[in-house]
Amino acid sequence: MAAIGSKTSDEVSPTAVSSSNSITLRISKFNPKNDSSSKFVEFKVPVQKWTTVLDTILAVKQHLDPSIAVRYSCRQASCGSCGMKINGKPALACYTKISELNSNIVTVEPMNNFPILRDLAVDMTQMFSTHKKLKPYIIRDDSEVTNDTKEFLQTPKEVEDYLQFSYCIKCGLCNSACPTMATDSSFMGPQALTQAYRYVADNRDKGEKERLKIIDSSHGVWRCHFAGSCSKVCPKGVDPAMGIQLLRGYLLGFRK
Amino acid sequence: MSKMRESLIMKVHYGTALGAVALVAIHILFRMTQDFSASLQYQSVIANYHFLPYALMLEVVLILLSVHGFNGLRVILLELKQGIGYERAVNYGCLGAMTALIVYGSRTILMAGVGMT
Repeated sequence: MAAIGSKTSDEVSPTAVSSSNSITLRISKFNPKNDSSSKFVEFKVPVQKWTTVLDTILAVKQHLDPSIAVRYSCRQASCGSCGMKINGKPALACYTKISELNSNIVTVEPMNNFPILRDLAVDMTQMFSTHKKLKPYIIRDDSEVTNDTKEFLQTPKEVEDYLQFSYCIKCGLCNSACPTMATDSSFMGPQALTQAYRYVADNRDKGEKERLKIIDSSHGVWRCHFAGSCSKVCPKGVDPAMGIQLLRGYLLGFRK
Repeated sequence: MSKMRESLIMKVHYGTALGAVALVAIHILFRMTQDFSASLQYQSVIANYHFLPYALMLEVVLILLSVHGFNGLRVILLELKQGIGYERAVNYGCLGAMTALIVYGSRTILMAGVGMT
């Protein structure tokens, strides 16, 4: 593995994947404590057809620049830690293969609409706090875990009503892609709204009124412009845009 | 306005849009009952205001478009910037501007209707 060096670049013209089995990885470096703006640092990284973007970042971190800040954990699109912009599009680094990018120049940047902690690591505090505010759990007076109560059985149809929305791994890619979040910092965001729908649509849950009251605010469900970017970037196949529209149906009285 | 549930405001928003589309369509169709340029001549326009049902329809159109338009502006401004003071100013500013436009427009319709032109 050979490093091009730690030089910054403004212009690099992308070309088709070459047969040399190496790519140029451009990593956005930014430390809000020291830097006034972000800069790109380039590295030459050898790749195989199964190499993921996360593999290349970790290779650079291990051999060339240990100072690169990146958050990751499971490496199998389950934990939602390694969300970032890859060639301009929000995606999970562990779930994006270099070979599917069709370019020998790969640019990685931190996700949009999140404060940058350092380099590729962003602060997700607000997303988790909004998520928590919407009571992402089943609300009811009785419980299936106490004695003498029966299991809350559901039909396959009832499970289907919310199943896809329960696949959310809270990676924040939907919030990063959302155009409303880019201007409205108070907007709850597709992640939290979708999770609100996941529990509202669950027939075991009795907290519909509480949740609908929270999302029925000036920066809640009505601020979605239905651009659909959230659904396009979700690595788990969740459709937040649809969840938000279905939530509106509850508030308009079309759904019960 | 800030105390109103957003869903109620948006129901009004969608309702005023549908109402305005229907009534503006009628308004445009009325232009076609005669030669278009003739329909816009002074006497013809004043005659519209003297015809009570038509004047009432114009008043309703004024209210529907003002409510819809200023709520749309409110939403745009709320998405543009955030903050308690700013949002309160936007909410009440839009409400005030909407009321002022309706009052001024109603005054014009009334004056034209009673012949004070």
